[in-house]
Amino acid sequence: MIKFTHIFTLLLCTSFVVQLTKISQKLTAKEIIEKVDDNMSSDTQITESDMVIHGKRNSRTITSKTYIRGKHDSYTEYLAPAREEGTKMLKLDDRLWIYSPSTDRSIQLSGHMLRQSVMGSDLSYEDMMEDRELTDIYNAEIVSEEEIDGRNTWKLELIAKVNDASYHKRMIWVDTERFVPLKEELFAKSGQLLKETIMSNITKIDGRWYPKKMNYKDMLKSGKGTDFIVKSIEFNAEIAAHIFTKGSLRKS
Amino acid sequence: MKLAFQLAYRNLIGAGLRTWLNVIVLSFAFIIIIFFNALLQGWNNQAKEDGIDWDYGYGHILNENYDPYNAFSIQDGHNLIPETIDNAIPILIQQGSIYPEGRMVSVLLKGIETDQNVLKIPTEKFKHSTANIPAIIGKQMADATKLAIGDEVILRWRDKNGAYDASNITIIDIFNTTVTSVDAGQIWLPLEKLWNMTNLHNHATMFVSNNEYQVKPLVNWEFVTQKALLKDIEDIIATESIGSAVMYLVFLLIALLAIFDTQVLSIFKRQKAIGTYVALGMTPSKVVSLFTIEGTMHSIFSIVVGCIYGMPIFLYLNQSGIKMPEFAGDMAIGLDKAIFPVYDPLIIGLTIIFLILASAIVSYLPARKIAKMNPVLALKGKLQ
Repeated sequence: MIKFTHIFTLLLCTSFVVQLTKISQKLTAKEIIEKVDDNMSSDTQITESDMVIHGKRNSRTITSKTYIRGKHDSYTEYLAPAREEGTKMLKLDDRLWIYSPSTDRSIQLSGHMLRQSVMGSDLSYEDMMEDRELTDIYNAEIVSEEEIDGRNTWKLELIAKVNDASYHKRMIWVDTERFVPLKEELFAKSGQLLKETIMSNITKIDGRWYPKKMNYKDMLKSGKGTDFIVKSIEFNAEIAAHIFTKGSLRKS
Repeated sequence: MKLAFQLAYRNLIGAGLRTWLNVIVLSFAFIIIIFFNALLQGWNNQAKEDGIDWDYGYGHILNENYDPYNAFSIQDGHNLIPETIDNAIPILIQQGSIYPEGRMVSVLLKGIETDQNVLKIPTEKFKHSTANIPAIIGKQMADATKLAIGDEVILRWRDKNGAYDASNITIIDIFNTTVTSVDAGQIWLPLEKLWNMTNLHNHATMFVSNNEYQVKPLVNWEFVTQKALLKDIEDIIATESIGSAVMYLVFLLIALLAIFDTQVLSIFKRQKAIGTYVALGMTPSKVVSLFTIEGTMHSIFSIVVGCIYGMPIFLYLNQSGIKMPEFAGDMAIGLDKAIFPVYDPLIIGLTIIFLILASAIVSYLPARKIAKMNPVLALKGKLQ
């Protein structure tokens, strides 16, 4: 009887696992993106990170602390090196201000200036401004399954369904178990590959898998791109409301 | 008065080397003033002519949202081409980036009609090109990006909705101009091609008018006259004029100081002669006039001497031009490889009058002392 119970339990478990696998296999691209979104985002985030900008001759590291509220508001304070220390950046919805301690002035970036690179990196301010849901902008489909660094991934193809998407096409490789993107490619309307992001050092933090290293690369430029290394991250931490006001753009 | 001139002439010639040293120094100042003014006038004329030929035409018609001095206005500073516009060529301006040798370089994309003849941009080259996206750039841009004719470079731009697009462009021609505003950081493309690339069909940021353009009010567009466009060049020349004036005023000051010294010395040395003049019936004011004329005649001599050696030099420079250093073209001040000086009769006339007046003043100042002299003591040659 005990043996039978064991066999039954085993069968039940096997059936459950098979069922689960089938569920995951049946996930649509949209659902995968939503799961990725759930995994990667939280109500608030406090991140301390290093941005390593690889130049032709040498690399430089910029340390910053970022506070994120929801999907639209963020505040970053640069901590090192001395040249950048005290520089602050505030994003509220579609507006972006930069505070420079040397001039003790804040300026709002708009239009042409948003296309400039962030501190000489491969990231533009505009890349940081894009905060719409991917599913709102793109039609997604799973095109294949591929292996990246020993991890099984879904390869998703996202084609813009709105006219004002910066990138007409995106390819995203999502870890099938951890729902973490491992690689992303951004394409122009002509099909030219413009940017590539590679996520690595995937670590479990507060019950979610999170890439602690991201390499952003402008594929039209030579060089090794820009590394974004997360030193510490807190999800759903309490952040004072005044952080997300223009009043925070002052000398500390 | 004639006697005063005769006496002054004789005294000056009699002074020999002292007179000629003064005259030569003053003639240098005279020549330098004329030369620098001619140089600036030549530069001014050349910069204006080039500006009209390459950029300004007979005036710009700008979209009301476009400000040439504000890069932020490019994105929205365009509109549909009005149907009522004649004798003006449309230009659409957009932003983009090129990646020569893997470096990102921000550029202005300027779409222009291939069959235009208002500007000297060699747009007829577009007609013969089979390249997917033919592009023309200026020499300054070519030097900065190390691009040559036939080179392909990847261009990234955005369409009217902000979506990125990228493709190779082919450099089909490189033009040489002194007008930086059509060269540095700019890529000229066929207008139709730029319309297709950006989906901004029939849009223009500005128009360049020709000499037959009739100014009329256009909704959403503002006419900027050629004179207003040339003001920037005039302001640069005016600034340069002040800078060079300082230099030749120093020369002039040295020459005038020499005349002043000579006058002081001759009044001191010729006290007996002054006493004799007064004793013979000349009033002190006449004696003052005599010495003033004598000093002023230095300037007349210097003008004659300056003309003798200056004219051949000026004629030569007028033919060959004044060679500018290689880097001059990169300085964004409209300098060509050589500047041909322009000698303005008004400037020459004013310089002559200024020189004569200045030397008359410095001659008169020490001569005033003569009026206070005691003729008896002067005759005795006593120091006063």
